Amino acid sequence: MKNLWLFLVRYNAIFWFILFFVLSVILVVNNNNFQRASFINSSNILVGSFYKQVNSWKSYLSLSDANEKLAAENVLLRQQIQNLLQADTTADSVYLADSIEQGRYAFIVANVANNSVHQKSNYLTLDKGSEAGIEKGMGVITSNGVVGIVLQTSRHFSSVQSLLHPDTKISVTLDSSGIFGSLVWGSNIDPRFAMVRDIPNHVQVKQGQKVFTSGYSLFPEGIEVGEVIETGIKSGESFLDVKIRLSTNFSNLSHVYVVRDLLVKEKETLEETSQDNG
Amino acid sequence: MGRIIIINIVRFFILVLLQVALFKNIGYYNVAAAFPYIFIIFLLPIGLPNLLLFILAFLTGLTVDAFYDSVGVHAAACVTLALYRIFFHKVTLEVEIKDSFNTPSLGEMGTKWFLSYIFFGTLIHHLVLFLLETFSFANFLYTLASIFLSSIFTVAVLLLMSLLVYRKKSRISNI
Repeated sequence: MKNLWLFLVRYNAIFWFILFFVLSVILVVNNNNFQRASFINSSNILVGSFYKQVNSWKSYLSLSDANEKLAAENVLLRQQIQNLLQADTTADSVYLADSIEQGRYAFIVANVANNSVHQKSNYLTLDKGSEAGIEKGMGVITSNGVVGIVLQTSRHFSSVQSLLHPDTKISVTLDSSGIFGSLVWGSNIDPRFAMVRDIPNHVQVKQGQKVFTSGYSLFPEGIEVGEVIETGIKSGESFLDVKIRLSTNFSNLSHVYVVRDLLVKEKETLEETSQDNG
Repeated sequence: MGRIIIINIVRFFILVLLQVALFKNIGYYNVAAAFPYIFIIFLLPIGLPNLLLFILAFLTGLTVDAFYDSVGVHAAACVTLALYRIFFHKVTLEVEIKDSFNTPSLGEMGTKWFLSYIFFGTLIHHLVLFLLETFSFANFLYTLASIFLSSIFTVAVLLLMSLLVYRKKSRISNI
């Protein structure tokens, strides 16, 4: 007994090390599961408000840039309104918006309090949380591209898993062909580029072709993601990979929109029932 | 004694702040990044009990994890660094210094000792950090390269910091 005690005292450093190391690794593994992210993250009130404060100083530097972007978006929206109004004035309008689709998505505006592009797994922190209606699993977009998926929310903050993350996968389609692929970051180095994986071999992909969201995921259909810059990268027998330039500029995000799918409950229940049957 | 505790607490806040507000945004993509916050663990008093050292290292890691959204990764790396610290002190220091409550800083311990202390510690910390972060041995060469480059980056920043606050004290450790 005495020897055992001496042994424990002598090598206590190792035992403490094993204890704490295993504890950390358990935390890592738990956190890797998408659903069970713990409370130690950037949507936590302390960390969130710190980032918000830092951002409130930093945002002055990019104010003119942000203004310009918002103005450009205004012009675009104004044009769209104009088009819709014109379509309405003709007696037999051909505007065929589905009344169900029309009310399907709601957008919540949020400011980016913290953003990273230099890590292997990048996350953003938004300055709005569950109080503003943001929930886990919603999509996040900007005026000209996709940003990521909401990972965790607290009352006033939410943390977002950026597209620049090895686990993010978004269903996209190449314009005019209706071919689907999945958008992943892939390179893990450069925040300007990403890959579209699993495009069937027979499809002719041209450089400069635009890539849009497909509507099969959390995002509304037809949001521009980027354009093709390199084709013909083989990824096995019958699939191709394509390198694209992202339209979202991740290094100076300021305002983003959180997409709230109002029909998501209905969709989930339906999918659940069909799973039960199968 | 009281002064040392206060200095360590102030150092903790300054280095964590620098890490998450400044060094998080600096780096060559993710090939090379600096993590100078590990200075907190390097500079804890020498005679600290092992358990306390591990707890402090673990908490430091968790704090940084919260800002990096990477729960556990930095904590594990810091705990490994604490183990390295214990062994390094055991091997290189004499008994009377080991029981003192001195800060193992550049001015206190001499350049040669300090350099090897910092360099190998950083290497071990980054090794655990990057391997846990990738969580696989795929692209191992790439990971190794980033471990090595990041270590050099961090060591450079740490040396810069210790030169900034350099104060030559009584050279108790002329070993």
